[in-house]
Amino acid sequence: MAKPKLAVWKFASCDGCQLTILDLEDELLDLAEVIDISHFLEASSAIEKGPYDLSLVEGSVTTAEDAERIKAIRAQSKSLVVIGACATAGGIQALRNYTDVAGLTRAVYAHPEYIETLATSTPISDHVEIDGELHGCPVSKAQVIEFLTATLAGRKPRLPDVAQCLECKQAGTACVMVRDGTPCMGPVTRAGCGNLCPAVGRGCYGCFGPFTGANTGALAADFARLGVPAPEIRDLFRSFNAAAPEFEAESRAHD
Amino acid sequence: MTERRIKVDALARVEGEGALYVKIAGERVEKVEFRIFEPPRYFEALLRGRAAAEAPDITSRICGICPIAYIMGACQAMESALGVEVTPEIDALRRMIYCGEWIQSHVLHAAMLHAPDFLGLHDAIQISGVAPDLVRKALRLKKLGNTLMEVIGGRSVHPVNTRVGGFYAAPPEAKIAALIPELEWGVEAAREVALDFAAFDIPEDEEDYTFVSLIHPDEYPILHGRIGSSRGLDIAVPEFEDQFVETHVPHSTALHGHMADGSSYLVGPLARYANNFDRLSPAAQQTARDCGLGDVVRNPYKSIIVRMVEVQYAIEEALRLARAYVPPAPPHIATPPRAGRGAGCTEAPRGLCYHSYEIDGNAHILSARIVPPTSQNQPQIEADLHRVVSANTALDDAALKWRCEQTIRNYDPCISCSTHFLKLTVERD
Repeated sequence: MAKPKLAVWKFASCDGCQLTILDLEDELLDLAEVIDISHFLEASSAIEKGPYDLSLVEGSVTTAEDAERIKAIRAQSKSLVVIGACATAGGIQALRNYTDVAGLTRAVYAHPEYIETLATSTPISDHVEIDGELHGCPVSKAQVIEFLTATLAGRKPRLPDVAQCLECKQAGTACVMVRDGTPCMGPVTRAGCGNLCPAVGRGCYGCFGPFTGANTGALAADFARLGVPAPEIRDLFRSFNAAAPEFEAESRAHD
Repeated sequence: MTERRIKVDALARVEGEGALYVKIAGERVEKVEFRIFEPPRYFEALLRGRAAAEAPDITSRICGICPIAYIMGACQAMESALGVEVTPEIDALRRMIYCGEWIQSHVLHAAMLHAPDFLGLHDAIQISGVAPDLVRKALRLKKLGNTLMEVIGGRSVHPVNTRVGGFYAAPPEAKIAALIPELEWGVEAAREVALDFAAFDIPEDEEDYTFVSLIHPDEYPILHGRIGSSRGLDIAVPEFEDQFVETHVPHSTALHGHMADGSSYLVGPLARYANNFDRLSPAAQQTARDCGLGDVVRNPYKSIIVRMVEVQYAIEEALRLARAYVPPAPPHIATPPRAGRGAGCTEAPRGLCYHSYEIDGNAHILSARIVPPTSQNQPQIEADLHRVVSANTALDDAALKWRCEQTIRNYDPCISCSTHFLKLTVERD
């Protein structure tokens, strides 16, 4: 049987999720035995034409050109899976959605007329149909391995859709909200990072985005009871997943 | 007269999105434009109004390959604005995690992205077909860098344990001690990879660069030092903006860095090495000499060897710091809010990375300025391409295109950082 053809694509992003694939140091050479890495510009100048069995897409859509490019990629991909907070929820650059982009361009560039950009940074799913999502800023290496293994085996990947709190319980990490009064996004944030922030005594900052059914209002009320001022509550929900609908709605409630 | 046009729409094996446009009339190079099409992400503007404490985590998202450079630059600038200074134990731990970033970023670039150019291959997986031991050794070295970042920072892409004032928690001594055996292996492995690269067929080229880097009297610079050049510049970090300017050109979403007199300059491994050779460890100096390098390297294609010399040095440094590790207690110093202005400057793997911020009395950001290495190198990359194309017009289009891409990769350009899509177009008239 022919090896499945993999393509990796980049939109507006930091490259960190693609790097997570290259960071599979122990698996990379074995992976290349079973998958044909057909188009992965960051890693290889050997470029095969589509169609592709699987496209992994990093980054958000911020230009008119990119809004067209993703459609062309969709057309030549049997399966299209988005990876990381930019692709799933607009990324940190979606902070622009809350402000005037022309003003931003004037602030950064001497010649705003050279710059062409859209007013918003949007997830890939706003533009084309997607077949799956890996969350996180960045995605977790363990989840990338699980996803690729499951895909090759033809089974559904085991990816959690529960709160980060569960990872604290499983790891025996003390609750930083209860113990220290530290605002923590864990109760509304999808598990999967490996319980990183609470384990070092830091409140989760929500980089995996909301899980399905997250009760953001209840958490915001808890933050207020801890004495967190409204602008800070707004910013806790408005960061690396600023365009995730649940976080966006909650952040706007504190504007 | 022959007209030649060579076009590459999306340059591979670089971080980000860019292109090159070259036009040649006969033997004469008419135009060279290194284009960056990465969509603008507006970090400096979006930071306004955010808390000073958020700057390290937000700016780390400028680049997934060198997040520590942004985290540390932002931390230093904020600590300067807040008028606080971290303890020597915190500073040592910062240097150790930064060594991890140099190791993983340099090995990724040298072994996986740049080495294929010298072997006529397309990627590291193809190299593993002809030199499997080299690739396995490189992957193990890269993993060592990532492991250092994970143990200290929680994860290697966008670490979470770093903060303004220090760290959220001090890594336990046992976890740092457990790194030592692999670091001991790494010193020799990095040397072997450097020697392997020195045996490559390296193009002849030389340029009298203005090398700009941090310069420190006692150590090979990573986090500290004055900003200096090979032509005698010697300034404190906050004077950066008086001496270096950025201009906006139509063909790029990244700003171009120049010295105040308009001349181009070079930042990165070649500059650090030339300005600080004496502060490399004796073993790293010996590796450089065994690779045939002098105290100053002016052939940009030899940057691949210099990167491995720096990897060896970074592993030796991490080993020294791991053996001497004292967990910082407390892991971070207090950072009470106050209004102020501060600058920070560190040596990212790709070179000098400058941050400055102004904050209000509640420690919210009023203004931010970030100057990443690739935008500083952009004019020098164009100058290198001009020189290389002029000297190689006898090559056919395919060979010339290959050489152009290899020349761009000498810089390990991080187009994500400088803002991103490299398209290469060579046009011959």
